[in-house]
Amino acid sequence: MRQISFAVALNEALKEEMRRDPVVFVAGEDIGKMGGLFKVTQGLLEEFGAGRVLDTPISEAAIAGLGVGGALVGTRPVIEFQFLDFITIAMDQIINHAAKLRYMTGGMVSVPLVIRAPVCGGIGLGAQHSQSLEAWFVHVPGIKVVMPATPRDAKGLLKSAIRDDNPVLFLEHRRLYAATGEVPSGDHMVPLGTAEVKREGSDVTVVATGRTVSLALAAADRLSEQAIKIEVIDLRTLKPFDMQTISNSVGKTNRVVVVNDGWRTCGYAAEIVASIQSECFYDLDFPVQRVCNKDAPMPAAAALERSLMVSEEQIVAACSAAMSS
Amino acid sequence: MCLIRAFEREIHVLNKDGLVSGTAHLYIGMEAIAVGACAAMADGDFLTSTHRGHGHCIARHLDPARMMAEILGRSDGYCRGKGGSMHITDRSKGVLGADGIVGGGIPIAVGAAYGLRLMNKSSVVFCFFGEGASNQGSFHEALNLAAIQRLSVVFICENNQWALSAPFVATTAGGSVAKRAAAYGIVGEEVDGNDIDAVFAAATRAAGRAREGLGPALIECQSYRWEGHSIFTRQEIRQQEEIDDWKRRDPIERCRRKLIETQMASAEDLALIETEVGAEIARAAEFAKSSPNPDESSALEDIYA
Repeated sequence: MRQISFAVALNEALKEEMRRDPVVFVAGEDIGKMGGLFKVTQGLLEEFGAGRVLDTPISEAAIAGLGVGGALVGTRPVIEFQFLDFITIAMDQIINHAAKLRYMTGGMVSVPLVIRAPVCGGIGLGAQHSQSLEAWFVHVPGIKVVMPATPRDAKGLLKSAIRDDNPVLFLEHRRLYAATGEVPSGDHMVPLGTAEVKREGSDVTVVATGRTVSLALAAADRLSEQAIKIEVIDLRTLKPFDMQTISNSVGKTNRVVVVNDGWRTCGYAAEIVASIQSECFYDLDFPVQRVCNKDAPMPAAAALERSLMVSEEQIVAACSAAMSS
Repeated sequence: MCLIRAFEREIHVLNKDGLVSGTAHLYIGMEAIAVGACAAMADGDFLTSTHRGHGHCIARHLDPARMMAEILGRSDGYCRGKGGSMHITDRSKGVLGADGIVGGGIPIAVGAAYGLRLMNKSSVVFCFFGEGASNQGSFHEALNLAAIQRLSVVFICENNQWALSAPFVATTAGGSVAKRAAAYGIVGEEVDGNDIDAVFAAATRAAGRAREGLGPALIECQSYRWEGHSIFTRQEIRQQEEIDDWKRRDPIERCRRKLIETQMASAEDLALIETEVGAEIARAAEFAKSSPNPDESSALEDIYA
């Protein structure tokens, strides 16, 4: 099968959905002529015109409102925040409006809105361009949160997100944009809410999100040299997450490491750990381990940045600890 | 206008009886704005409203009975009791919703106008907000985007002179909301918000320009709320003299006088309207009070589509 990059896979999903459905439109900063800072919207302006590919002012609250209002009258907006950090300026529209309008109207309206944003550090941009805020949004009823780890899932999940009738926060790890992989051409869909077992193993389950899936697979390779068999689960959708796949795996391995490259305290991993404790307690042979970014703003210097972010070594260490008794 | 006033007075009564679920922000004194502006709306037009939104809903012919049921937290309310006073919505009548966040509806109106244009609709979106919202970032972001995209939005600022306890003059630099339109290169107009004909004329002009593709406009309607900020408000910070002065400019009384002077209606005609309004509000209150509470199981419904 052909190999394309994560960014090209996203671009393909947008083009296919815009061709399929004339009410899908994209809006955001520098997404038109420039094709987006990370090139995800390249070529859309040329193919679909300025009416459906809107280069917005630097007005995040207005961009979000554009999405909510557009969704309310029957279009399917896909809005982009250049960095997830900038969503903080638009929080009223997303938390108080997008997430709640369906509920507050007793189910009268729906908000089919996709919010795309690059997430996490790793390219030296410092504390205001590197945050992984997925836990904030997972916390709020009414929003779905998606985080693909591969080009194949990037395409399939984005297409599903666009066809979903709810607000979906679609998080793209910026270190994955250049990653390549096999991606089916044409109408390849990946349903929201389903995890994937990326590697089967019988000793330790590693539940990972986004970029950390590849770190977990590399850690599994290394541990296999010590005859430790790691099962790696890519959650793919952070909310609603696929507890069944986790439970099935924990029932087999009895040991779990949860990996997420957001902050540790009240982070996304904490929710997964808590769910495993309550639903799989009698299957567990060892306390559930957590590997997360350290609780500090992201520094700019590469050496400092590395020291705070989830690494393959930390996953290896956590799995070894889980096997220690 | 009479129906709005009678509706709000009934909410006061229902609140005294302990029947209102939560709070409500009454529109008494400002009726000419909603009725005048909404009279300029065409089928297929939309509006976004505010926390003080009952007037806009009634002006768009929502059913007062279902509105009242919503305010009482009953299952026959527009939002099945989940929205309350601040979130009454009826998409089928173009009411995209009242809104509990000051300035929250302004970017949504712009998004609605963008979506409607994308679908080749000639609809206009009427965006109501208070003078307090004009100091929110969302107001400026939305006006800029609407202006640069020439979107069909009529921004209607209801300047009732007071935020909860803060007077307009003490919080708003420049002393005018309408003049802020100039910064975005759009038409800005100030009208007497207690003069229904003036509001209607300004809204009609603005909507007409929008339908011709000439973009948005901002209308600042000068008015006053007679009641406290909400039905929770116990302490009245405003001077009684000021309240009385504005009550002498009652928009309903002015309209009534004009109709009689111009012989467009007789005193008997107007009395008949009052009688009909009384009967409709009595029916609405009866309906709302007899509507059952929502079933507890519905609290976990409607979170996702």
